[in-house]
Amino acid sequence: MGRFHRHDDGTVHAHDHAEHPHEHHTHEHHDHGDHSGYETGSQRIDVLESIFAENDIRADYNRNAFESNGIRALNLMSSPGSGKTTVLGATLDELAGEFAVGVIEGDIATDLDAAKLGGRGAQISLLNTGNGFGGECHLDAPMVNRALQGLDLAQLDLVIIENVGNLVCPAEFDVGEHAKAMVYSVTEGDDKPLKYPVMFRAVDVVLLNKIDLVPYLDVDVDSYLARVREVNPTATILPVSARTGAGMSAAGRGAPGRSNSSRLRSSRKVTRPGRSAANTSRNPASPDHTCASPGVAGPKAAR
Amino acid sequence: MHELSLCQAIAGVVKPYADGRHVDIVRVQIGALRQVVPASLTFCWTLVRDHEDMPDAELELEFVTAEVQCRSCGQRSTITSQWSLLCPWCESADVEVLRGNEFQVTSLDVSERVGER
Repeated sequence: MGRFHRHDDGTVHAHDHAEHPHEHHTHEHHDHGDHSGYETGSQRIDVLESIFAENDIRADYNRNAFESNGIRALNLMSSPGSGKTTVLGATLDELAGEFAVGVIEGDIATDLDAAKLGGRGAQISLLNTGNGFGGECHLDAPMVNRALQGLDLAQLDLVIIENVGNLVCPAEFDVGEHAKAMVYSVTEGDDKPLKYPVMFRAVDVVLLNKIDLVPYLDVDVDSYLARVREVNPTATILPVSARTGAGMSAAGRGAPGRSNSSRLRSSRKVTRPGRSAANTSRNPASPDHTCASPGVAGPKAAR
Repeated sequence: MHELSLCQAIAGVVKPYADGRHVDIVRVQIGALRQVVPASLTFCWTLVRDHEDMPDAELELEFVTAEVQCRSCGQRSTITSQWSLLCPWCESADVEVLRGNEFQVTSLDVSERVGER
């Protein structure tokens, strides 16, 4: 039952608290008074542990699972209705036959998006977050870990994780991706980078979507670009229309990081003899297939 | 919006340190660059602490302002903008964030149960 600790200097280590819980710097201090059957003296325990530590460790498991299968993973985020799923569909069409793509489809409820993305040659693993208190507003690393059981990683080059539509919470959680991208549409208003800076700061790529609507809207694309730049001076910004396909060719290849594309291309799995990744569908989750033992997926279900 | 899961993560950090003892206070440090709403975190904590068997545990929040070191002009500055991390002196984007990303449990106060009265 080891626990992980992340210290201020960035180092991480694990140990068993049950063995020496009192070894942390402790000292007696103030009294609380006695009103509930507890000792009056309380003891301070120094902790200094990141609240994201457990998530980040699990994210590293996911990343290792991707990397041991030669996969690059992209975390795709946006507000609801910005066109994430349409962008993703156009990207799958763009990459079909060239890269074997897996999609982790995160939604609070329904399989509507997963259904939309079907039939494009990608493996789809649906991840509904709607249990507990009405549905999680983001994906975290353990959720993505579970969704990996729905993918046959050995067959894939690229995994795109479509996060829950939300400009706030997904920005805080590392899920094990290699790059973060967001879809930001011109119908949302150019003030969003300033209002949701954590998200806009977190991403490597911004796809500025729905540019086909610009002639019908009272918007200035330059102001969108400038506002993104104010918050994130280094992100790649790609104006696209997922509906018309404008700009999608560049986006499909640029999203996981251009430097990775050539590596992917040289090792792509769809052209390997004997593979049929483009025809594989969701792999039923098997209890023994965990992220800690990647590449032991059960038999694939033919679509 | 994600404060509920953050509170569950806080409880996950606290429990092994408390090791069965009664938890009086949990101290949490929040950097300005984190998207954590203090009032929401405090409210969610009142739900989570009961569920996590530490019903008296008070959450104490400490806020950390963001600070950057500019690689262009060498200035070290506090960031007051809500959105921009540019160096306030020379507006360079080439900055190292020194403080502001913190989100950690810094310490706990615990006490031993000595029996029912």
